[in-house]
Amino acid sequence: MSAQTGGAAARPRIWNDPFWRGLMLQGALLAAVVALTWFVAGNAVDNMHKRNIPTDFAFWSNPASFDISQTLIPYSATSPNSQVFWVGLLNTLLVAALGVILATLLGFAAGAARLSASWLVARLAGFYIEGVRNVPLLLQIIFWYNVVLAALPDPRGAVALGGVVFLTKRGLFLAAPVARPGFSAVWIALGVGMAATFAFRAFAARRQRETGMSAPVGAVAAALIVAFPLIVYVAAGQPLDFDIPKLRGFNFVGGMKLSPEFAALLFALTLYTGAFIAEIVRSGILAVAKGQSEAAAALGLRPAQTRKLIVMPQAMRVIVPPLINQYLNLTKNSTLAVAIGYPDLFNVFAGTTLNNTGAAVQIVFMTMAVYLIISLVTSGVMNAYNARMSPRER
Amino acid sequence: MSAPAFVRSASAPDLPPPVPTAGPMTFVRRRLFAGPAATVFTLLAIAFLIWAAPPVARFLFVDAVWSAPDGGACRAPGAGACWAYIWRKAPYFVYGSYPLDARWRVDIVLAVGAALIAWLAARRAPGRAIAAALLFVAYPICAVVLLYGQAGLGLPVVPTDLWGGVLVTLIMAISGIVLSLPAGVLLALGRRSKLPIVRALSVGFIEVIRGVPMITVLFMANLMLPLFVPESWSPDRLLRPLIGVALFASAYMAEVVRGGLQAIPNGQFEGAMALGLTYPQRMRLVILPQALTIVIPGIVNSFIALFKDTTLVAIVGIFDFLRTVDTARLDPQWAGPTITATGYVFAALFYFVFCFGMSRYSIAMERDLARGVSN
Repeated sequence: MSAQTGGAAARPRIWNDPFWRGLMLQGALLAAVVALTWFVAGNAVDNMHKRNIPTDFAFWSNPASFDISQTLIPYSATSPNSQVFWVGLLNTLLVAALGVILATLLGFAAGAARLSASWLVARLAGFYIEGVRNVPLLLQIIFWYNVVLAALPDPRGAVALGGVVFLTKRGLFLAAPVARPGFSAVWIALGVGMAATFAFRAFAARRQRETGMSAPVGAVAAALIVAFPLIVYVAAGQPLDFDIPKLRGFNFVGGMKLSPEFAALLFALTLYTGAFIAEIVRSGILAVAKGQSEAAAALGLRPAQTRKLIVMPQAMRVIVPPLINQYLNLTKNSTLAVAIGYPDLFNVFAGTTLNNTGAAVQIVFMTMAVYLIISLVTSGVMNAYNARMSPRER
Repeated sequence: MSAPAFVRSASAPDLPPPVPTAGPMTFVRRRLFAGPAATVFTLLAIAFLIWAAPPVARFLFVDAVWSAPDGGACRAPGAGACWAYIWRKAPYFVYGSYPLDARWRVDIVLAVGAALIAWLAARRAPGRAIAAALLFVAYPICAVVLLYGQAGLGLPVVPTDLWGGVLVTLIMAISGIVLSLPAGVLLALGRRSKLPIVRALSVGFIEVIRGVPMITVLFMANLMLPLFVPESWSPDRLLRPLIGVALFASAYMAEVVRGGLQAIPNGQFEGAMALGLTYPQRMRLVILPQALTIVIPGIVNSFIALFKDTTLVAIVGIFDFLRTVDTARLDPQWAGPTITATGYVFAALFYFVFCFGMSRYSIAMERDLARGVSN
């Protein structure tokens, strides 16, 4: 007995020693993962050779030989597949960027509306939010595409809004601004106005800290950023023309065209993500303790000031992390474009190019890598923001 | 002697009645027209309702065609939603192309599944552990045997490409949750492990899956899974997206479970250690029962997300409920201007009823948990 406890207790059996046990466990796991990868890779190479599927990246520079309906950079059917990748990526980023902006506006408006003093407005916002959140996005996208946009009239009977926007089943046509030479003066005026606004804001903040006097920052900003460039615009002889779409034969020419696919995808993504953002905004505002706004009222701040100076800055801390998450979701959800044929990265690259070249493994991994990089970069930025915004505690 | 001037000789005039604090007029004053901004918004909302509600009501109810033998009545000008079409197509929406004489098998599977879920979900039902065991272990096996068929049992085989509709949607969603829960628990434990390789592998898997769109995972499962295994093992057409859904759901489930693990105070871990429990015992007997109870609302929420996300299998060619609705609208016997809208509204209602119901359940559950009612 004593002989057993003497030697063995000082040095436990190897499978009872946490260090060695952990090492063995991890070694076994690693071996299993490596074996699985080996098995999968071996099978993949075998199967791909058997089925004549390319295993290299030669497809990358081969001609794509198909057309894409919306290209932001030069592209033709003779362009290489690499160009398909870039065209698709830009289309994805375009719909994602516009969607993020519109969904943020809609989401903040709907979130505030759900907390409105008007019961009816709050209920309507609730209807929108619950109705949209609980229905699959794919269904909403095909609803907009196959029902709403398909019900629009032919270009000949287009619904004209103010003579500058025309809604047709062939797409939405908008008047396109065309700058004449003198227009750069307006840009300069806008830049000057913004710089002056920043300077004035800094000055007003310093004066308020030192003397307690407040300044009408909002009015000054409006004058500098809106009125000043407008005056310059008029003074320069209104150097901006609008290319208004005109009906030629069976379709419109000129102006800007939003394809029905793009419009349906953008509407659906905006409405869907907007509903989630609205809930985030609402919970962020409700997360600010009631004592904060009561104390602000006791200090004599008006309700609008309380909202702007007390509630929103604290609410934003709660709102921003899940908000960024929604932006990522929107970007990832834009892959549903494949259901209606909007030429985003997934549709043209992981769809058409994959079918044409058969290089499934390479293309799917590349597509995944793109979305993964977008996600990782965004969450990196978000973590940096969180570190900066979190309250400093002693 | 006259009375002093400060003594009142006549009674004071009656005060006006107090402002009522209940009743419809108070509601109107306080909740609709409290202040100028609220008044403007209320009026705008009323204007919106007057503009939008009548056409919608006319389309859905007044002008709707409730019964018709074919699309003729629905094609008449001015006709609204074609509910007759939904009624006629309902079997297709539920069973897909599952053979008519074998549909009783689907009925049994759906009914037993519904009963088990109701048992598990009822917050005061007895023996919920038994229900969970049945639902997560016995039910899936029996359901697969019954649905796919087994010649030895006298059940002819029904190949999976005939399955469709609500059946496939529920198969995707339920097997997604049944497979992702254990996988998610393991991944969450792995992510919190002190062993660096285990942690790195878990974090890598979770973050990669959460960083990519679900449709790419489905594409990977659909196109690449057959390449990754020897040809003779090539998975069934329905099984491939199912594996994709399960992989995708487990990464999200892992994050839900991790939230629960983080909420358990350190004293619980230390106390379990002090009792001399091994790691598996600590997790199984002390930590996981508490952590999983806390995250039941989170699990329900991820089930809602999963339920909506199962529609994506339609893109890789599986006839789920949404795909059957989207296909049926092209039937020449019914095709007409209102058929598409009717089908989509019906599908939206179906998903809404399920998802909204589950989210209410999850909120009620959260309240119970906050009150400390044991589950």
